[in-house]
Amino acid sequence: MRYHSLVGDIAWVPSSTAAVRATTSPARHSALVRVTHWITTLCFFALLISGLEILISHPRFYWGETGNINMTPLFKIPIPSSRALVPTGYLYVLPDQNGWSRYLHFQAAWILVLTGTLYILYSLFTAHLQNDLFPNKTDLSWRTFTRLPASETSSYNVLQRITYLFVILILFPLVIWTGLAMSPAFVSAIPATVTVFGGQQSARTIHFFVTLALLLFLLIHIVMIALAGFWSRTRAMITGRPQERI
Amino acid sequence: MSHISRRKLITSGLAAATGVTGLGAAAAIAQKEGLVPPDHGGLYGLGETLTYAAQRLLTKHSLAREFSRSQISQPPLANEMAPLKDSFKRLQAGGFADWRLSVDGMVARPAAFSLAELKSYPSRSQITQLACEEGWSYIAEWIGVPLSSILEAVGAHPKARYLVYFSIDREWWDSLDMADALHSQTFLTYGMNGGELPVANGGPLRMRVPRQLGYKNVKFITQLTVTDSLKEFGKGLGSASPEGGYAWYAGI
Repeated sequence: MRYHSLVGDIAWVPSSTAAVRATTSPARHSALVRVTHWITTLCFFALLISGLEILISHPRFYWGETGNINMTPLFKIPIPSSRALVPTGYLYVLPDQNGWSRYLHFQAAWILVLTGTLYILYSLFTAHLQNDLFPNKTDLSWRTFTRLPASETSSYNVLQRITYLFVILILFPLVIWTGLAMSPAFVSAIPATVTVFGGQQSARTIHFFVTLALLLFLLIHIVMIALAGFWSRTRAMITGRPQERI
Repeated sequence: MSHISRRKLITSGLAAATGVTGLGAAAAIAQKEGLVPPDHGGLYGLGETLTYAAQRLLTKHSLAREFSRSQISQPPLANEMAPLKDSFKRLQAGGFADWRLSVDGMVARPAAFSLAELKSYPSRSQITQLACEEGWSYIAEWIGVPLSSILEAVGAHPKARYLVYFSIDREWWDSLDMADALHSQTFLTYGMNGGELPVANGGPLRMRVPRQLGYKNVKFITQLTVTDSLKEFGKGLGSASPEGGYAWYAGI
């Protein structure tokens, strides 16, 4: 099986025959996967930038229920703040940008949640996660890591599968959950949302670390794409196919 | 050349028309049910409306989390404040004996309450968290009179939809929908941690709305206005916050 897929991959090198195959073979990514991928990308950047702006207004992190400048933080981010209240050691205060940042953060969060829900529903109907992301039976062996790396032009290798599943099923749900755990109204309806983390400030700290994990994923994701062939992979996520159609 | 079939054109046209009608109907129902915030216009109106509608449906009767006395933050945090004006300092010099809370608008009996009169109503206390949109928080015991008791005393009109509240510094004003105004944990607060409410924390009288973030908890309250529309107040966005770029609803 592995031998066949390797042969298939070699035949996929751009050439006149490969171009013909690209037009007749099924798309590498379905339209829904492509559209939700790019909406999620846009939302992630909006959330990252607005989240950073909000963080600047209090660049200190705590554990437990409460946290404020009278208390010893778990750790501080050594940057200036947009509030004079915070003792940062800097002699200047940055401009307050929390208004639009908060509006944008929640709007992007809503679009992300709705897009994610659509993606999960689609995955349930088409078995996308089982077919394309859950590791194959043959992958579940240490030999997977010692064999020659198979090209993943038509499919993902086991490390990619595990990483994507972790981002989709663990990191994104956790970052949304910890975000909701900071909402005084939401936790009034469902207190366990925050109590499982040991308090609102713990949820805020976890929200920060999950964001860092997502950022790390993004950087590795971009590096991997660059190594695999940036334009071919990016084109595949836009048009569905790694090669241009004829 | 791309070719759009007639069937495809008709079905997409019908789908689009259904979508637009559906959205229109949803908007009308949401408006009628009080699920549209006053700052629903503009670039971020979609997110704001979704947040407010979802939280209003989810939290209509829910109670803010209460904590034990041992969890009270010591010392209570006093955050940044605009310098106090002379009008405030004069009342402070008199021990706030002349502090008045006037209540007007859609009420049967407009009135002005002194602090002593407010304290003559059954007092309630809650140990709840005040969380600021910046990220910090503290827990305190808040003592006061439920806003609903005062609204009942003045005979607020059943068709009223919002309660507008003003600080002595009239630049600071805000409003609540009736679900929050009549909520059992929404207090006109005059005490904290067993004593008087310090000026640094909004004394002598502060609005306490524990299911929303700190900035809805306006300090130095002197006026309440009951209304069925926010259009006549400021720029019609519901509070001073949206005029300064912040959301009217602060449940998250």
